[in-house]
Amino acid sequence: MLHFVLNDRVNNVIDEDWILRVDHLYKHFGPTCADCHQLTGPTQGRSHCPRCGTVWACVDVNLQLAKGEVLGIVGESGSGKSTLLQMIHLAVQPDRGHIWYRANGETAHDLTTLNRYEARLFRNTHLGIVYQRPELGLNMRFSIGGNVAEKLLLAEWRHFGRIRARTTELMVKTELPPERIDDEPPTFSGGMLQRVQIAKALASRPAILLLDEITSGLDVSVQARILDLLRRIQWEDRITMLLVSHDLGVVRQLARRTIVMKNGHIVEAGLTDQILEDPQHPYTQLLVSSAL
Amino acid sequence: MQPLLEVDHLVKSFTLHLIDGRTITPVRDVSLTVHAGEHLLIYGRSGMGKTSILKCIYRTYIADSGHIWFSSQQFGRIDLRLAADDVILHLREREIGFCSQFLRVLPRVSALDTICEPLYRQGMDRTTARHIGQEWLERLGIARSLWPASPITFSGGEQQRINLGRAFIARPRLLLLDEPTASLDEGTKRIVIEMIQAAQHDGTAIISVSHDLAGLGAYADRKWTFNE
Repeated sequence: MLHFVLNDRVNNVIDEDWILRVDHLYKHFGPTCADCHQLTGPTQGRSHCPRCGTVWACVDVNLQLAKGEVLGIVGESGSGKSTLLQMIHLAVQPDRGHIWYRANGETAHDLTTLNRYEARLFRNTHLGIVYQRPELGLNMRFSIGGNVAEKLLLAEWRHFGRIRARTTELMVKTELPPERIDDEPPTFSGGMLQRVQIAKALASRPAILLLDEITSGLDVSVQARILDLLRRIQWEDRITMLLVSHDLGVVRQLARRTIVMKNGHIVEAGLTDQILEDPQHPYTQLLVSSAL
Repeated sequence: MQPLLEVDHLVKSFTLHLIDGRTITPVRDVSLTVHAGEHLLIYGRSGMGKTSILKCIYRTYIADSGHIWFSSQQFGRIDLRLAADDVILHLREREIGFCSQFLRVLPRVSALDTICEPLYRQGMDRTTARHIGQEWLERLGIARSLWPASPITFSGGEQQRINLGRAFIARPRLLLLDEPTASLDEGTKRIVIEMIQAAQHDGTAIISVSHDLAGLGAYADRKWTFNE
């Protein structure tokens, strides 16, 4: 049995600065049984209950994002990172808990209470998401212009000329050749498709950008250019980002704070340099020692 | 006068979960203080925990017990051991600088942008920041032809100068320097000592870790080492 004592630091952001706050979020898939909680979690080393087969994707997850901050989420496959991101993207409904959003110090809104229409509008106006696999974020039969227009139409943009101009502007920003606005995604390389996804995600000037393993599977020089692009966007637009990755190197480059997930639980949260140089939890130590 | 930083009975251990859970304790019951404008030099044998003290103050390491009281302009007197992560990030931007022994930068960023980065983080506009950055590169004796190149390609001494420039440029109130004069020739060492003295003159408190007692040590206000 490993002994691990959580230290008593308060892992939050300065109160007036937060834009997104996740409170006690839970998500499971399956029937659940009375023994689920004893049989799952990081100490048991599994997120599925061996008795009833329920998968506990997120258990009591808490986090805060400050405006303009990049927060890294690391953990192995199946740790619940993507489910958490999908709940924040309002694509998966949590079992319980709250997701508070607050723009410019205004009153906070609980996003889990939005109806389907409100959630879709919020997602298209305030959030942008980039996936590891471009076919999840893009409609592969639409042109680049069509993909960006789709997001803008859902964000209630109506003027064709403005949509077209915004698309060109985004292609320049993401270092895509604007003359290829009418080309379809399958004609682009993997690295370019990630840029197209980023362009689409940024289309409606969202407050928060969600990034799900976006450089996995790309070769290193392409990875570096994508990360440089994100760094530039973060500097220029002060956009808030939630960066999910199993690669500590990616997180080190972009995020100043990092949370570590395992079997649906947050096992450690801290400053990225602290997570890398003084990891407290056994799992984080394993993760850091496994880095190439 | 109240000290700017007061380290009180600090203990830092590492539990190596992957190696049978053994614990090593490099910092045992350390207490020290430093006032504004003062230069405290920490010396001692390698492996005694000198750098660990600096990293606990900067919160790259989480200390086990004790207090690290810092008189912040923005937050008042706070314990850096327990302060929220975001408070630490604010302090790193504005009030506390750290110069590690090794420069760790992206290989695709120019020397000029590398040295300016702390100013960009403070929200300074690029033109003003670059102007100040150029002054520092000039002062540190980095050849103009190298400014657009990545410091990764530089010699050890040049990298160390960029590293120091990054720490000084933001004008922090507390500056933590880990072996600042190691790998520097006599001329550059002289420049670095002048930089430290100028920062002290502006009220910056400095804690340096160094073996260079004859060089840097001669200019420190006080020296501190471990009780053995």
